[in-house]
Amino acid sequence: MKLDTSYMGLALKNPIIAGASPLTASVDSIKRLEDAGAAAIILHSIFEEQINHESHEIDHFLFKGSESYAEAIGYFPDMTLTNLESHTYLEEIASLKKSLSIPLIASLNGVSKGGWIEYAGKLQEAGADGLELNITYIPTDTDMDGMTVEKLYLDALQAVIDTVNIPVSIKMNAIFSSPASMAKQFSTLGAKGLVLFDRPVHVDIDLEELTARQTIHYSTSADISESLRWTAILYKKLASSLCISTGVHTNEDVLKAMMSGADAVQMASALLKNGESYITTVLEKLTQWMEEKEYISIEQMKGSISLHHTVNPAAYQRANYMRLLTEYRY
Amino acid sequence: MSKKVFVTIDGNEAVARVAYKINEVIAIYPITPSSPMAELSDTYSSNGEKNIFDSIPDIMEMQSEGGASGSVHGALQTGALTTTFTASQGLLLMIPNMYKIAGELTPTVFHVASRSLAAQGLSIFGDHSDVMSVRQTGFAMLASGLVQEAHDFALISQAASLRSRIPFLHFFDGFRTSHEVSKIELIDTDTMKAMIDEDLVAAHRARALTPDNPFIRGTSQNPDVYFQGRETVNSYYDALPHIVEEEMQKFAHLTGRHYQLFDYIGASDAERIIVLMGSGAETVHETVDYYVAKGEKIAVIKVRLYRTFSLSHFIKRLPQSVKSIAILDRTKEIGASGEPLYLDIVTGLSEENEKGTLPFKMPRIIGGRYGLSSKEFTPAMIKAVFDELSKEKPKNHFTIGIHDDVTHTSLEWDATITIEKDTVLRAVFFGLGSDGTVGANKNTIKIIGNGTDNYVQGYFVYDSNKSGSVTTSHLRFGPEPIRSSYLISHANFVACHQSVFLEKFDILKYASHGATFLLNSPFSKEMVWSKLPAKVQQTMIEKSLQFYTIDAYSVAKKTQMGRRINTVMQTCFFAISGVLERELAIEKIKESIEKTYGKKGKKIVEMNYAAIENTLENLHKVEIPKKSDSTLELQPSVKGDFDDFVAQITAKLIEGEGDALKVSQIPDDGTWPSGTTQYQKRNIAIEVPQWDPDVCIQCNKCVLVCPHAVIRSKVVNEEHFQNIPDTFHFVQAKGKTFEADEKFTIQVAVEDCTGCALCVEVCPAKNKSQTNLKAINMVAQEPLRETGAANWDYFMKLPNYDRNKLDHAKMKESQFLEPLFEFSGACPGCGETPYVKLASQLFGDRMVIANATGCSSIYGGNLPTTPWKKNDHGLGPAWSNSLFEDNAEFGLGFRLAIDKHTQNARNLLEMFQEEIGIELAQTILQSQQEDEPEIFEQRKRVAALKEKLSTLGHHEAKRLLSLSNYLVKKSVWMMGGDGWAYDIGYGGLDHTLASGKNVNILVLDTQVYSNTGGQESKATFTGAVAKFAAGGKAQLPKDIAMMAIAYENVYVARVAMGANDAQTVKAFVEAERYDGPSIIIAYSHCVAHGYDLKYGMDHQKLAVDSGLWPLFRYNPKLALEGKNPMSVDYKGPIIDVKNFMYQETRFKMVEKMNAGAAIEFLQTARSNAKNMYARYKNLEAYYGKEIQKDGAQS
Repeated sequence: MKLDTSYMGLALKNPIIAGASPLTASVDSIKRLEDAGAAAIILHSIFEEQINHESHEIDHFLFKGSESYAEAIGYFPDMTLTNLESHTYLEEIASLKKSLSIPLIASLNGVSKGGWIEYAGKLQEAGADGLELNITYIPTDTDMDGMTVEKLYLDALQAVIDTVNIPVSIKMNAIFSSPASMAKQFSTLGAKGLVLFDRPVHVDIDLEELTARQTIHYSTSADISESLRWTAILYKKLASSLCISTGVHTNEDVLKAMMSGADAVQMASALLKNGESYITTVLEKLTQWMEEKEYISIEQMKGSISLHHTVNPAAYQRANYMRLLTEYRY
Repeated sequence: MSKKVFVTIDGNEAVARVAYKINEVIAIYPITPSSPMAELSDTYSSNGEKNIFDSIPDIMEMQSEGGASGSVHGALQTGALTTTFTASQGLLLMIPNMYKIAGELTPTVFHVASRSLAAQGLSIFGDHSDVMSVRQTGFAMLASGLVQEAHDFALISQAASLRSRIPFLHFFDGFRTSHEVSKIELIDTDTMKAMIDEDLVAAHRARALTPDNPFIRGTSQNPDVYFQGRETVNSYYDALPHIVEEEMQKFAHLTGRHYQLFDYIGASDAERIIVLMGSGAETVHETVDYYVAKGEKIAVIKVRLYRTFSLSHFIKRLPQSVKSIAILDRTKEIGASGEPLYLDIVTGLSEENEKGTLPFKMPRIIGGRYGLSSKEFTPAMIKAVFDELSKEKPKNHFTIGIHDDVTHTSLEWDATITIEKDTVLRAVFFGLGSDGTVGANKNTIKIIGNGTDNYVQGYFVYDSNKSGSVTTSHLRFGPEPIRSSYLISHANFVACHQSVFLEKFDILKYASHGATFLLNSPFSKEMVWSKLPAKVQQTMIEKSLQFYTIDAYSVAKKTQMGRRINTVMQTCFFAISGVLERELAIEKIKESIEKTYGKKGKKIVEMNYAAIENTLENLHKVEIPKKSDSTLELQPSVKGDFDDFVAQITAKLIEGEGDALKVSQIPDDGTWPSGTTQYQKRNIAIEVPQWDPDVCIQCNKCVLVCPHAVIRSKVVNEEHFQNIPDTFHFVQAKGKTFEADEKFTIQVAVEDCTGCALCVEVCPAKNKSQTNLKAINMVAQEPLRETGAANWDYFMKLPNYDRNKLDHAKMKESQFLEPLFEFSGACPGCGETPYVKLASQLFGDRMVIANATGCSSIYGGNLPTTPWKKNDHGLGPAWSNSLFEDNAEFGLGFRLAIDKHTQNARNLLEMFQEEIGIELAQTILQSQQEDEPEIFEQRKRVAALKEKLSTLGHHEAKRLLSLSNYLVKKSVWMMGGDGWAYDIGYGGLDHTLASGKNVNILVLDTQVYSNTGGQESKATFTGAVAKFAAGGKAQLPKDIAMMAIAYENVYVARVAMGANDAQTVKAFVEAERYDGPSIIIAYSHCVAHGYDLKYGMDHQKLAVDSGLWPLFRYNPKLALEGKNPMSVDYKGPIIDVKNFMYQETRFKMVEKMNAGAAIEFLQTARSNAKNMYARYKNLEAYYGKEIQKDGAQS
């Protein structure tokens, strides 16, 4: 049984990538993920804000209150800080690269132009095999039109691609007016992979504290729908490889992803719920299913139910939404 | 000789860099201004830096200077090269060991940043009072006067000590030298190795106590041998001057820098000579050079080696031509026939003269005092001393630098005299502590010092407040070494970084004619002139100043620098001062930014670069009109209904004109009026809280937490509301205590607020329509200034609620009590002052407070103004600070005296009860005064008693009258920080707890020595970075509460206002009511914890929830009543310690330095949290069971 696939130019032994999550923030669990059969690792994200905030924070608090009073010129000893989060992240990559045999993809989260883009270069130097760029920009300004927002994404991607030689993927979100067009533009700029989709942190309101807050909900298999749709639509239309990252929980989800046209999937919620070894279970069931159905390789099924190859292309189209509802009602 | 290396550092660093390299053990304890030497040594050690013997010195922080000197003595006795750093009272605590160390002929060097001693008041500033107090110990004394000399003498003294076996005290002037930043030539390791003779080190080690070569040292001696024993050392001391001389020669050979025991500067045929030591000698040197060039026959002798005082060397330095000598001492020896250096020289020369061996005619000798507590000592004053020497009958035992109109000791001087050279650029900068001015100037000095051939000097003056403090930077740059050890008065560059200063201080008095004046102003270049006060405009015209302006805050904001204007103003300085070529200067600033911030992230570097570019575009030259057209006046420094003292004295201090006050104007026994902060309207907050009565739930939490007592609430009967200001609001008072016609109001003293926002964070009420608003919200201060001040005045005149009708143990009601501690200079958001204020609200009218030296003594008693005040009846806290180490004993003394007075009064009352009236006398005698209503009743009775007594004429009646106030309960309090309670004062505190006396101890526990800049104490949490614990503290904090509980009859409470304010208030009330020793250990958040202090109360809660700060009350009185004395008031660790610790920089830094250690610290803290909870719960359960048993038995 040939499970291997290729994603953003990297050869993967199977299509299951461990997506960015707290599990990919510790060396031990990353090792366990590899042992369980993960084909690649997306390291936990480092955020633009994190890189910038940390330096601001240190600068601010180490010097706050200093040079104000004759007896206390400062409040902290002169420290040599070698383990800044941004440094630690690089060191983590360097050390993981020594022990891992599967590809290691760093995940960088940011949007503005500025110093953090240089950080992409450092990730490459540290040994990352690829870079997943995660841009989640919430345009709160009512005067900011869609084109301007899109340009922010494109500029950030361009800047990162200009900085590194390793393959860069971009984690898209599903709320562009025209996701397909955006995907094409990303691809044209040189994104080697498109990850469908980013799942922004959920918003909730705390009625006790009377405040808005962010919550994290695990995805379920039901959440795979939009990713399936757009993978199916984009299949074979772009030079970039495709990866589904939302709602992949079971071997069936993996199969659906492949058939819609994805080259790989990322699992995160499912692993957080079931532990690292769950990858082994999914891979076993996947193989079992393929054996039962007499598939010989992943390659064989890729895109087999994409927009162009499905017997029912209308299923992927918006018009069908109404019919689905209708069917649901009766 | 290897290549010369120049660095730009301050005196403390110059000494530490040498002392660290040539020692093996360093015992330390923080005391201003010497602390940085210890801090640097700890940092070098934690960075793994090695000494010249290829090992990393061991640094040990002790519990006091006494402890440090003991450890030094021990380490020396066991053969290690050992040193310590100290000053002032710290040095005094070392005296016993200094005698021992010297008596045992042990080589060591104590490096002292010399400082005033606490007498009529404490002073952190520099003079020789401390070192002169140890001149009799047997330590050799070597004085340095410049940063370079401090660096050099640190090495020379060690070399001479090893050779002579005599311990050395190397001293330099506190602040003036210890904190002056200067360009010096660095001593390299090879030179150190060449100076420190390994054979002598081995000899020192060979004298060590070791069982391999046992002997006894430190015997107890009797009349038969002690005296002879004291005389055995004479030959060592006789040999000392020659040894020092040789070591100085050796040093000169190695470095090219020449020193002598006494350095003579001036005309070879000088007739008038000044003799002195320390930094003042450098100013005299400069002055002598100036006047000798004009043909004056004058000179100065700088005393380097003061002990042993070598008369023969001294006489050799004096020229035949000498006619008169003035000997200047930077100390005061009351009651002696002269100050120490004067007496040494007078005695010496007289003896020689008597013998007929004096090689010249006996000169006329006068002595004088100068420079106490860093009082300015300028060329103009020196000129006055030389002039005095020319007189037929010069004044002896004079003072210079003050105006003594009482005993007329002072010499007058012509303050307009200046000898500053044209080749020296002199710049003065006025900034706020928080705006980065000093930091930028330190950076500027380094840029110029390290990047050009110029010599540089930077000296920084800070005011007395920890919030909104004004800083003044004095910078000199010039082609020759700078000896001017005095502030700049004739600057060719003056910068005012905060435009409001122009309305408060006469800044332009520092500008010389034609100087450049740079102003940070929010106004455009067209508008700026018209916004200047008339006096400022006039001075600018008169002095023909070059005027530049920039809106630095808008540049900083635009470039995301927030309110940090350091880079902006630094760029302006370089752009217009001409000290460096503009392009080169910009390049150097950028290099320095890259060096400072490069490692911390690109973003900050980019922001700073952007700020530089923006600065140049926004810096404008303003043409000065020929005439002043402003009607703006300078603001009065004091406001309100103040007395003459405030008008004549306090106001001058606030204006920065205190130097002009005469001796007769200063209180002669250190007694100053209390309650004067109310007249100094500092207006330092940019934003202040504003009350929204519609949202308010009247919980009074904001009133409780306000560190500066600027938010207050009152409940007032509506009949009192007349002529209400337009914006003054009140609402129906809530709660069962209050009647329908009683109204509630909250007011903010907007002119006194520091803008910390602690109140807003703690406010639990949310606006239902806009949940980002609360019942108090921060708004801009400026528009509210006038109306706010009027509202406050109105509010203050409204009556306070009847104290007897309030339940003081309830948090909300306690906050209607008037605070008698207000508007202190504590940091914005201070975590200590809310507790201090609470105590003043609850017991202020009957409190006597002993306050340990530290933050609380500084914000409590640092002039110019005092926050402790009286109530409307003229009653209020009586406050005093003795020392750091003795505060519990000091307070216990209060108790003993008060109890004695009370006992005497009671005896007399009993004796004369018939005359007075048995009923009145008996009621007074029998009153328990357990709560406030009873105390108030007692006060009324005592008033009646006094009235009665005044009608009786006999002697005993008068005695009773003078004691009768002691029939009313007095509440004795001892307050201080953890440095006092856990460390230096623990012995006394423990003794006081054991005394059984009715005293109340409040420990304001910030877990560090906050006042001296955050050094580790035994209260410091595991895993916290602090000075002296640069790698994070590995040990557990001491559980001082548990130790106190062990006495069983001590009331003990651990509180954290932010976690449980009700428990805090209860604990205060219970502690005070308990008739025995009480101790409250109060968690106090602090700027040294490293987070925005507006979240201070949240962090207190996190500390409690993590289990690292247990809350409980142990009340022995309950046990007597058959109840459980132990009440654990928290739920144990309910969050992981990491969720508390990693919210604060002090803990987080460890992870960034040493991830492995960070994990271990977390684990230790976690188990400590668990164990403490178990310990306290077990105790609670134990007492619970005991009480059940007792109950069953009875």
